[in-house]
Amino acid sequence: MLRRISKLIAALSVGMMVTAPSAFAGYMDTLNMTEGVTPISQEVYDLHMLILWVCVIIGVVVFGAMFYSMYAHRKSRGAVPATFHESTKMEILWTILPFVILVGMAIPATKTLVFMSDTSEADISIKVTGHQWKWEYEYLDGDAQGINYISSLAADSRRAIYADPMKVDNYLLDVDNELVVPVNKKIRFFLTASDVIHAWWVPEIGQKQDAIPGFINEMWTEIKQPGVYRGQCAELCGKDHGFMPIVVRAVTDEEYARWIKEKKGANVAMEAAADKVWTSDDLYAKGEEVYNTQCVGCHQLNGMGIPGTFPAINGSPVATGDVSSHMDIVMNGRPGTAMAAYKNQLSDVDLAAVLTYQRNAWDNKAGDTVQPADVKGVR
Amino acid sequence: MSEAVAHDDHDHGPEKGLMRWVRTTNHKDIGTLYLLFSLAMFMFGGAMAMVIRAELFQPGLQIVDPHFFNQMTTMHALVMVFGAVMPAFVGLANWLIPMMIGAPDMALPRMNNWSFWILPFAFTMLASTLLMDGGAPAGGWTMYAPLVLQTGDAFPYLIFAVHLLGISSVMGAINVVATIMNMRAPGMTLMKMPLFVWTWFITAYLLIAVMPVFAGAVTMLLTDKFFGTSFFNAAGGGDPVMFQHIFWFFGHPEVYIMILPAFGVVSAIIPTFARKPLFGYSSMVYATASIAFLSFIVWAHHMFTVGMPLAGELFFMYATMMIAVPTGVKVFNWVSTMWKGSMTFETPMLFALGFVIMFTIGGFSGLMLAITPVDFQYHDTYFVVAHFHYVLVTGSIYSLMAAAYYWMPKWTGNMYNEKLGKIHFWLSTIFVNLLFFPQHFLGLAGMPRRIPDYSVQFADWNMISSLGGFGFGLSQLLFCYIVYATIKGGEKATDRVWEGATGLEFEQLPSPPPYHSFTTAPEVK
Repeated sequence: MLRRISKLIAALSVGMMVTAPSAFAGYMDTLNMTEGVTPISQEVYDLHMLILWVCVIIGVVVFGAMFYSMYAHRKSRGAVPATFHESTKMEILWTILPFVILVGMAIPATKTLVFMSDTSEADISIKVTGHQWKWEYEYLDGDAQGINYISSLAADSRRAIYADPMKVDNYLLDVDNELVVPVNKKIRFFLTASDVIHAWWVPEIGQKQDAIPGFINEMWTEIKQPGVYRGQCAELCGKDHGFMPIVVRAVTDEEYARWIKEKKGANVAMEAAADKVWTSDDLYAKGEEVYNTQCVGCHQLNGMGIPGTFPAINGSPVATGDVSSHMDIVMNGRPGTAMAAYKNQLSDVDLAAVLTYQRNAWDNKAGDTVQPADVKGVR
Repeated sequence: MSEAVAHDDHDHGPEKGLMRWVRTTNHKDIGTLYLLFSLAMFMFGGAMAMVIRAELFQPGLQIVDPHFFNQMTTMHALVMVFGAVMPAFVGLANWLIPMMIGAPDMALPRMNNWSFWILPFAFTMLASTLLMDGGAPAGGWTMYAPLVLQTGDAFPYLIFAVHLLGISSVMGAINVVATIMNMRAPGMTLMKMPLFVWTWFITAYLLIAVMPVFAGAVTMLLTDKFFGTSFFNAAGGGDPVMFQHIFWFFGHPEVYIMILPAFGVVSAIIPTFARKPLFGYSSMVYATASIAFLSFIVWAHHMFTVGMPLAGELFFMYATMMIAVPTGVKVFNWVSTMWKGSMTFETPMLFALGFVIMFTIGGFSGLMLAITPVDFQYHDTYFVVAHFHYVLVTGSIYSLMAAAYYWMPKWTGNMYNEKLGKIHFWLSTIFVNLLFFPQHFLGLAGMPRRIPDYSVQFADWNMISSLGGFGFGLSQLLFCYIVYATIKGGEKATDRVWEGATGLEFEQLPSPPPYHSFTTAPEVK
């Protein structure tokens, strides 16, 4: 029997080597938690390792005793069963001893938790809002005050989902607009959501917090090294839960100042764009871009939606009929469904463009355009 | 007494034909129904797990769309928890509790029939949602508001199915309590009861305490969806987090509902094959009761990231860590039972030992998850998935396998094929570790749970995990065959079945036991 089992194990491991060779060669460094780049993530990592080792040591002792017993106290070796079946002393010992070990773990854990929960005296405050299925960032104070934008899954990742994920950089962990923050500053996040519960998590930052509609949660971080850190939504939030990544770019103070200037410049340009009259071709082209990042998750590339869950736009009377009711649904959403109110998420230009696109794409032939000024008029 | 003697010729066997199974009030028949039903649900839930692992075999979406993937994770969990594990333990309770305490049947046999026959209807209702517009529930088995309120036509079916399952469980639990309280043979004092009876006794109280809470929570969801209430809607003055508090006040005791009877099973099997009495019987009873008590005050460790105040986080961390103490006591007692015994390793013993080792691994990751600040990294990742599958699959399911091999010869009168049983154990054990151990790595490396697609750095361990999953799934077909073959025939089992077996069912009843056993109460010394 034993020989047959060892043969089986050998055969299996050979099979594994053939099917997944890189598992053994390339990824031995993806076995453990990251140490991260913040004081919190470092403390959390140390705590994780401490408890892991305590568990390993207890495991070696307990399993060691078990395996020794299985070897030594077997009938086939002529073992005669003893008759003892209780010992109050032992029971007290193995109640007290684990308790003491637990107290030893609880002390550093409490210290870390207290450290993590102090969000006071932050240098920068950022409001993070979860939407199905993208993140919105709003800078609440300092030079960046007023900057507010949506961060969605990068287009090349989305295209690769049904094609070849291996060919895309940072597949599913890349966004169109990164969250940019300075290093060595205490950053406080206010988290909330507009529809369902999401959770904002970047492993290198060492913090995870739920974003809950109607509530505001707080957490803080201080990133020590410049770099790009990637994470994902961690709370099931519907169909595209797996497709709402988070990218944080930590930069020096100078770069941060430059980024603020750029971003504010872009806002001014956007407002100017909203005041001019667009050609239908420009609106259509811009609208296709917006549709393919904002709407495609539910309504699909071909505009057919998913029957029974997400309605089709192609051929829909809403998208080919009266403009004002179409505009109303896109801007104010449909309460009780996954359809969000986009008036707070998209600019006048984006809204006008995507409305135009939806009315004229695929088999839809409404033939009209929606101008940014029209959108502004009903805000 | 002469009257009782005169009635002896009325002692009858089972009714002929299929109606026997519909109308039966016999605890053995109902136990069999429960066990076969749960095996069917195990395969059904397992098939959905295969879909999940097939989609996760490599990055990108190849087989299902994300919405259907979410339906699979949701339905897999609901079916496994409420259709496979819980009914299987109720099946064991039905077969074993009367025989172990020397009772002729369960105390409330007609209710017993009813509590079983609710289940096929409840699961038909639940499974029918797969064919509806908008598909089956896809918001996770935890049904968190507000996401679950986006469910389509399936929503009311989900809620009513859960209500039915709750009614069935509570009736089963009342039956267990009534039986143990009233029908023990003379001399069978509480502290002489086999540990399996004790663990079920405590489990039954947990069920009675928390199932109504769960029913209340889902009813509030129902009125939020259809009758304009705002229990969980912040815009209407409600609180989405309150749903989680109520759900986990049910959900954490539920976890122990699925593991306490497993402790009982293992506490029966290890002494038999170590040929030595269970070490520390009374401390095992007290440890079970302590775990049951603690299970009511640790629920919020499932929700450390919802933004509780510091004091709350600390309380639930300390309380959760405390569970390690009584659970440790149990493991130490099992090891001490083995110590200086005279062990043999038939299939039930292999599964029981597999349980002790792998459940303890799940316990270690549980202890790690209890540490709040570190849980912020583990929460909702594959590390959690690995943890609860170690305690549920290699914990609860392994104990159920062990129980099936251990008592099947008693139930059917036939020995199972020992060689096939061992092959089943080794295949299961190799594949289940291939399946779930790498998920610890995936979680630590940053892969969230409940995602249909993942970044490419997670590709290799997912592929290995999927291969393990397919292997584990296929191995269970062998188990189905072994069960079938044992019911059909095989070498006849002795009355004692196992050399070291103890307890009324082995010492005082033949294999298989008569349709009505212990019509006269046995004497317990």
